[in-house]
Amino acid sequence: MIINHPLLGPRDASEFIYLGDASLIDRPDWNSENAAQQFYEYLYLRDNPAGTIRELWFHEYGDRSWLVVTRNTLTHEIVNVELARDIDREEKHSR
Amino acid sequence: MKYSGWNILKQALTGKKEWAPVWHKPEPKSHYETIVIGGGGHGLATAYYLTTEYGMKNIAVLEKSHLGSGNVGRNTTIIRSNYLLPGNEPFYELSMKLWENLEQTLNYNAMVSQRGVVNLFHSDAQRDSFVRRGNAMCIAGADAVLLDERGIRNLCPFLDYENSRFPIKGGLLQPRGGTVRHDAVAWGYARGSDSLGVDIIENCEVTGFIIKEGRCVGVETARGNISANKIAVCVAGSSGRLMGKAGIRLPIESHVLQAFVSEGLKPILPNVITFGAGHFYISQSDKGGLVFGGDIDGYNTYAQRGNLPIVEDVCAAGVAIMPMIGRSRLLRMWGGLVDMSMDGSPFIDKTRIEGLYFNGGWCYGGFKATPASGFCYAHLLAKDEPHPVAAEFRLDRFKRGHMIDEKGAGAQPNLH
Amino acid sequence: MKQKNRTSGGLIERNKPLVFHFNNLRYEGFLGDTVASALIANNQRLVARSFKYHRPRGIFSAGPEEPNALVQLRLGAHLEPNTRATVTELFDGLIAKSQNHLGSLEFDFLEINNLLSPLLSAGFYYKTFMWPKSFWEKIYEPIIRASAGLGCLSNEPDPDIYDKGFLHCDVLVIGGGPAGLAAALIAGRSGVRTILADEDFLIGGRLNAETFTINGMKGSDWAVQTAAELEHLPNVRLLTRTTVYGAFDHGVYGAVERCTDHLASSNGRPRQVLWRIYSKRTIVSTGATERPIAFSNNDRPGIMLAGSVRTYLNRWAVTPGKRVAIFTNNDDGWRTANDLRGKDINVIAVIDTRDKPPPFKYSDTKVFMGSHILDVIGHKGVTALKLPHGKSIEADCIAVAGGWNPNVHLTCHHRGRPTWCKDISAFIPGEELPTGMTVAGAANGTLALSAALKQGSDAGSTAARDTGHNVVAQEVLNAEDEPSEISPFWHVEENKKRAWIDMQNDVTVQDIEMAYMEGFRSVEHVKRYTTLSMATDQGKTANTVAVAVLAELTGKTIPQTGVTIYRPPYTPVSISALAGRQRGNQFRPTQLCPSHTWATEQNAVFVEAGLWKRAQFFPKKEENHWRQSVNREVLQTRKSVGVCDVTTLGKFDVQGTDALKFLNYIYANDLTTLAVGKVRYGLMLREDGLIMDDGTIARLAKNHYITTSTTANAAQVLRHMEFCHQCLWPNLNVHIISVTEQWGQFAISGPNSRHLLQKIVDREIDISNHSFPYMACSEITICNGIPARLFRISFSGELGYEIAIPARYGDALIRRLMSAGEEFDIVPYGTEALSIMRIEKGHPAGAELNGQTTARDLGMQRLVAKNKDFIGNILSKRPELNRKDGLALVGFIPIDRRDKLSAGAHFFSLNKDIITNNDEGWMTSVAISPNLGHSIGLGLIKRGNDRIGETVKAANLLQKQYVKVEIVTPYFIDPEGERLRA
Repeated sequence: MIINHPLLGPRDASEFIYLGDASLIDRPDWNSENAAQQFYEYLYLRDNPAGTIRELWFHEYGDRSWLVVTRNTLTHEIVNVELARDIDREEKHSR
Repeated sequence: MKYSGWNILKQALTGKKEWAPVWHKPEPKSHYETIVIGGGGHGLATAYYLTTEYGMKNIAVLEKSHLGSGNVGRNTTIIRSNYLLPGNEPFYELSMKLWENLEQTLNYNAMVSQRGVVNLFHSDAQRDSFVRRGNAMCIAGADAVLLDERGIRNLCPFLDYENSRFPIKGGLLQPRGGTVRHDAVAWGYARGSDSLGVDIIENCEVTGFIIKEGRCVGVETARGNISANKIAVCVAGSSGRLMGKAGIRLPIESHVLQAFVSEGLKPILPNVITFGAGHFYISQSDKGGLVFGGDIDGYNTYAQRGNLPIVEDVCAAGVAIMPMIGRSRLLRMWGGLVDMSMDGSPFIDKTRIEGLYFNGGWCYGGFKATPASGFCYAHLLAKDEPHPVAAEFRLDRFKRGHMIDEKGAGAQPNLH
Repeated sequence: MKQKNRTSGGLIERNKPLVFHFNNLRYEGFLGDTVASALIANNQRLVARSFKYHRPRGIFSAGPEEPNALVQLRLGAHLEPNTRATVTELFDGLIAKSQNHLGSLEFDFLEINNLLSPLLSAGFYYKTFMWPKSFWEKIYEPIIRASAGLGCLSNEPDPDIYDKGFLHCDVLVIGGGPAGLAAALIAGRSGVRTILADEDFLIGGRLNAETFTINGMKGSDWAVQTAAELEHLPNVRLLTRTTVYGAFDHGVYGAVERCTDHLASSNGRPRQVLWRIYSKRTIVSTGATERPIAFSNNDRPGIMLAGSVRTYLNRWAVTPGKRVAIFTNNDDGWRTANDLRGKDINVIAVIDTRDKPPPFKYSDTKVFMGSHILDVIGHKGVTALKLPHGKSIEADCIAVAGGWNPNVHLTCHHRGRPTWCKDISAFIPGEELPTGMTVAGAANGTLALSAALKQGSDAGSTAARDTGHNVVAQEVLNAEDEPSEISPFWHVEENKKRAWIDMQNDVTVQDIEMAYMEGFRSVEHVKRYTTLSMATDQGKTANTVAVAVLAELTGKTIPQTGVTIYRPPYTPVSISALAGRQRGNQFRPTQLCPSHTWATEQNAVFVEAGLWKRAQFFPKKEENHWRQSVNREVLQTRKSVGVCDVTTLGKFDVQGTDALKFLNYIYANDLTTLAVGKVRYGLMLREDGLIMDDGTIARLAKNHYITTSTTANAAQVLRHMEFCHQCLWPNLNVHIISVTEQWGQFAISGPNSRHLLQKIVDREIDISNHSFPYMACSEITICNGIPARLFRISFSGELGYEIAIPARYGDALIRRLMSAGEEFDIVPYGTEALSIMRIEKGHPAGAELNGQTTARDLGMQRLVAKNKDFIGNILSKRPELNRKDGLALVGFIPIDRRDKLSAGAHFFSLNKDIITNNDEGWMTSVAISPNLGHSIGLGLIKRGNDRIGETVKAANLLQKQYVKVEIVTPYFIDPEGERLRA
């Protein structure tokens, strides 16, 4: 596979380490009432879609960027690649 | 007709060919007591043991494609019960015992071959963790032998002892481990189930669940709706896709595991060898092909095919540990969808929907589990409580904090 | 007579004769021959034995599809089993042997299997060998294994070297036949970065095998001319002897180039190169493969594909027979008759299954329209064939033409399925092609030459345009549109003797009938039950015939029946080529510590630590057991001073105004009270609440921290830190960089360590206990101005420091330390001594930080902050991780002090049986303490903290050791930590 790095251009996927669903970006609020349930779902449950998935890849043998790659799990077609740090987040993370 | 050398001879001499179909092709009925979704090894074994062990009747196995078209026919055929944790080891040891009697049980020769499985270690720290594992095995009644370097040299003189990047210091051998002719497992269980009245329905994809008042009462299929009292999902790599139709999110990701076979060769490899430092395992089939594999590709996929980096890395590991295989050729590579769970261990459990049961999360280790998985799933379905050796394979274990994490890799499926 | 089957013409170099040996017999051939063409030239008909029945076999094809003619090539460590004679170039001195026979090729004892064939039908082994139970593994299976398999491995390491390379192009053209050449020509002339890869050593494909003309020029000459033009184009790369074996994601293709296989010796050059080709567009012009018709005994030597007969005749100027019969269901078979007749070979008969007027009229060749072959006479070679109505014809070769199958393999590697094309009665590439791929020529089902050329040109034009090039005008390529009318005919039904479909694996029409009868009716089941298409040729000549036979049985159409999945590789690839240079000690990189050279000079014994090599211990001449050396290192360190290279620890430089805030998120400890100039132990959890790693956090300046990780987890920890920063808290002003390799680091331990350091640090630096107490850190200079970082931390439990210097000074520093330390009898120590000292001190390391333990298990719960957000906080509170009977890290000593403890032993209460349910934990680490004079251990046991003083069993069933041990605190040495603070 080839991942089109937003800063470095097309790179072979073997330069990257895979983490998983990009929902891992949305870490729950530790102070919320049902934090235990939220963290359990956040860390352990997966949509595991057969189709489009947004997922996290780390450019381990490159520039150490975490990327959010939008890819089809049936065809492996990649339609979008973004820097994780550019993804809009809910306000809680900037506190 | 009973399978035996005598009957083969009789058929040959009389020139008659009267072998019956190994399984029939019935039309689906409108209702069953129990529906098993997934005509792979686990599903067929479940149906078989439901009938033989628990006396259940009126059972159907629904398979979306042809019987045995999933991982039971795509794996590297290794069986072993060399697990570490108490939640796992007794289960896999039950599986091993069922393998050991499979031919007699099924009157079908699946070529269970207990050639021994060796896990190599390369450092004192690895040895210590293998001692812990070997003891866990012995304590659970399995067999394990710790070999030092000399012991490994005697067993496998063809490994690279002189120039290898990671020196071979010894290994943990399970003599009762080995290989099984994978397809034959599906066929054998199918034949056994079919002869006991189980309807095996191929080309019958389940497209949805019929849920009434919080209870699952049937399935929608490509061949119409079928009602049932109990619905048992057993679909490995398709777990997420199918359970999603019941609104259940799972602690599972689907990944691809590639496997490889070389051209046929005269016997050179007596055992199954596992090379942990390079993620590599290999055995030689009765036909002569070297069957080997390594790590999963590492990304979520449903595509049943892998990519080159893993192919090359697996071959590199093979040549690194066994330089003599270099001049043989890779004949085929293929990929299986594996249902990687969050701790590397499986689930055999009820779901929050009454009447709907789930068996999955076998990661890349489902083949060896086939008999016990069927046995324990049948137990759960028949008695509505887990079989003692599968009691930890619960869906709520992450919520409780009771992980069965052999590798200690944490909640990241591609690391298990 | 030498080369009695050699005729005139051909594309061989007759002025370059070559000598070779087959089964120890000497033969001659020419440069340009393959082993197969040279064997045919010498009238060697019997070349192999089949897999199961050990039937005599001859050469069946002229290309990579060959099912029969597999040989063992070369000798000794160069031995190469299962090599297809049909694609092996002849070189001077070549040595080949036949394989898979017991006894000689001529008299194979295992041919008895052929007599037993009624017993050995498809799947027989599933039905028998079950009684008595123990016989399967002891008797039956070994016999099966010994008679199965094909060639032999040498049992020696592969002596050749292999390379890997990466190629990038706009257009990859796979296959250098007419369509591929036409495509590459347009693309190349249009300035497109083009790669043309062909598996053959001679470019041209079927142009070399036929008598076609293009623009009035001999086809093979046109190929030479075109290849020459392509080679001169700077934007075109021509790869011959290169098989593109697989199509992978995003335009990545795997290819293997055979660089020296056609030479007697590699002479130090890479034998093969594995290319990974990245292309924007790919044109698959891989041609087509002819298929046979199944009839009784159709596997006899002398029976050959009709197109292959032409290839041998036209390209290699050899004839496989002197009295050739042709069996065809299409017009193409007649080309063979015409070409043979053109070279005055006796074509004794043409048998055409089609009931229609013959397309050609011959005066001296019998023609049977609407007929078929019933049976074949001859054991080790055809002597005659039988036709219906008792007719018999003497022949020494039967050329079989069953139609052509497009080579769709690469088009299906993304699991696309081919579609059925009625016009040519074959599968052609389907709708779902890999992205960027087009197909042209025979591979696309376009069998006629002029149409294939046009399609190739068009594909080349389109690819050039798609990749942003101005396309040159297409040259008109005039060629014939040869007739190829076909009427499907798959197998002769009349005779019920075995008719072969898969030659190599001995799968017959009758086997498929049997599989069908037993309910194996999907094409995948038939394949798996009969082993059809699972041989080295992957059923290239067998598949379509098998599908057709199955379709007849099931009453379905051929497209309804479908095909099995095409998987890479297209043809087998040597495992060495896939491994490349990653072999032996080059399998993984090796990382060396800054003191490695010095340690080597000290005769250190090294040990693997991940990719690092670390000194394990430093034996002295008089020491003959490692324990002597290690004990000396431990005792001397605790008595005076020792030094150890700890560079391998992960080291991270963390800076920024939010650095503290960030570290507070990723460590479980509360770091808000960490002052500048201080170090703190840091515990890092995973989000699931279990321990990920531990290390230290040193605050060098307000916004500048150095953190460390364990050696094993360095990469994972950096990845995690970057994740936390970029994905979770991207708005924090913090920057992280790994400095593991940039800074060498040494641990200096023991009561004299301060005295030693005093001699190293620059004069103005005050390292007195008062100014630089336990857990202090500072940026300093040493040895007259060399920058260094000093940390007063200790893993050994002694007064100790770790000093870091830029890695380039590491070698100098160890030498300086050793000379400065002479007066204290300084000792270098390795990982063994390090490990003993940390066990004596009760510090957890890899065996305890194994990813399965919590802070609570390791007695560190008091370090965990109560009231802050950090990774792992919430999930560490889950009930099962906080059980009252949970594990706890404690120490163990043997009741009988002479007993040796072993890591990996499991704990049981004294009165309990040794069964899984009573398992209470395990010994994680052990050492024989030279300070205490007996074995000590660390371990995890249920409720350990409440059980200090209790005696339990440590059971090591594996090594048959059962030791009674007392549970003690894990601090064996200096439990109050006074030495640290001295």
